[in-house]
Amino acid sequence: MGFTMPLVELHGVNKSYHSAGKTLRVLKDIELTIEEGEFVAIVGYSGSGKTTLMSLLAGLIRADSGTLALRGQPITAPGRDRGVVFQNYSLLPWLTVLENVRLAVDQVYPDWAKQKREEQSRFWIQKVNLTDAMDKRPAQLSGGMRQRVSVARALAMDPDLLLLDEPLGALDALTRAVLQDEFGRICQEAKKTVLLITNDVDEGILLADRIIPLSAGPAATLGPSIAVDIQRPRDRKGLNRDSNFARIRAEVFSYLRGSRPKRPLAPRHEALTEPLGLEAALEA
Amino acid sequence: MRYRLISQMLLPLVGILAVIALWALVSSTLVPTLPSPLKTWQVSRLYLVQPWEKRGELDQGILRFTWYSLLRVAKGYTLALAVGIPIGLMLGLSKRFTQAFDPIIQILRPVSPLAWLPLGLVLFQKPEPAGTFTIAMCSMWPTVMNTALGVRSVPQDYINVAKVLQLSPSRTMLKILIPAALPYMFTGFRLSLGIAWLVIVAAEMLTGAPGVGGFLWQEYNALIYEHIILCIIAIGLVGFALDRLMGLVERRFKAA
Repeated sequence: MGFTMPLVELHGVNKSYHSAGKTLRVLKDIELTIEEGEFVAIVGYSGSGKTTLMSLLAGLIRADSGTLALRGQPITAPGRDRGVVFQNYSLLPWLTVLENVRLAVDQVYPDWAKQKREEQSRFWIQKVNLTDAMDKRPAQLSGGMRQRVSVARALAMDPDLLLLDEPLGALDALTRAVLQDEFGRICQEAKKTVLLITNDVDEGILLADRIIPLSAGPAATLGPSIAVDIQRPRDRKGLNRDSNFARIRAEVFSYLRGSRPKRPLAPRHEALTEPLGLEAALEA
Repeated sequence: MRYRLISQMLLPLVGILAVIALWALVSSTLVPTLPSPLKTWQVSRLYLVQPWEKRGELDQGILRFTWYSLLRVAKGYTLALAVGIPIGLMLGLSKRFTQAFDPIIQILRPVSPLAWLPLGLVLFQKPEPAGTFTIAMCSMWPTVMNTALGVRSVPQDYINVAKVLQLSPSRTMLKILIPAALPYMFTGFRLSLGIAWLVIVAAEMLTGAPGVGGFLWQEYNALIYEHIILCIIAIGLVGFALDRLMGLVERRFKAA
């Protein structure tokens, strides 16, 4: 063929929600391509439709119009080619860490011997540094540990595409920083194609090869793709002094600010990043 | 420590003594036919100190009678769960099923055991299955309602997990829906057991089966009113114990 097909292709995707006779247009004319092996981050305001976009890619909901394809195949339902890490804790509280991961492995590799499935589960739990917590239940784990289990569960399925839906959104600032570094390492090691959705611009720049802003809703649409040409491994402390970092950050912010409906003064609670959850960090 | 002793041991004792005092007062003044506490104890002593004794079909120790009743309840209750859980799951899962069957369930739910028992006798021609039928018909509703509620309350997050992992319907049921609904279901099981025990007395009274309820009715006819009170106390204590037991099991499941 002479060229390789992008792993993910979205063309003219529209999605609206209808409730109580009203129509809310959430996503408008979404165009997105992701190449094999890329780490792409989509950043946007809370409530701008990021999770809707993720649900479309996961196959949990259907688009009103437009096409979504993975390896050229239309996305119409969930599939084992996509691993999903949800924002909310989606571990099953009545299963241990190992059993939660096993549930996914059993589903993807039903033909494997029991021992091999067990090994695969243990391997990924070890990858996210939770070997000690293998037999614990989610309630006994911190929020950060739970999200690491979610990542292990998604990666243990060996998906073509890893979908991260604000995986660190519910965490406090300190845990979040630690997890960002760890996610960066795991994703590099796993050599997966990753789509990260986040409301934290710095997180996107730290982790991604490419960052795409999603305009403020309603009828949100994707902005220009901005390459993150900063060498890996990226150092959180050095990043602040990197001129590229400042430029990329400014570009993303300026697009996002420009996409906001015109208002005299932006209310404070629509800040882009979550407030520092330091109280929670101290308790943990 | 001292406060706990007072609140958990002493105050309940005060309550019990107050009721006994009221009982003694009423029996000695207003209603002379009501046996006094002392008389009740004297007449019931034999049944309490030899609780397993079998002197005749309808003259047995109170524990033996209670045991017969418990066995009968166990049968009806098992049937109630076996029928109630699947109905509850269907109600929780299917909107169509709910639309079709919820109205008839709401109509059958408030029907008294005294109404079901004769129908059971007509259906089965024998008192034992009629009793089991009555207990099941009356006690399954809390299990049905709470199972349905439990399934409807399963968080969307867990259902998304099932979808993303592409679990089959049966695995979704076993691995996600039932475990998530289990705390609700246990609340239903506990309420159902309470009703099953309530119904047993009525069922035994009407069928004359040997048991704590049958004994109560027989002793009323034999004018031995002391034994009525003995039976009431036994029924109350067993019901209380059953509820506490289920409460413990329920809490274990909620903690897990």
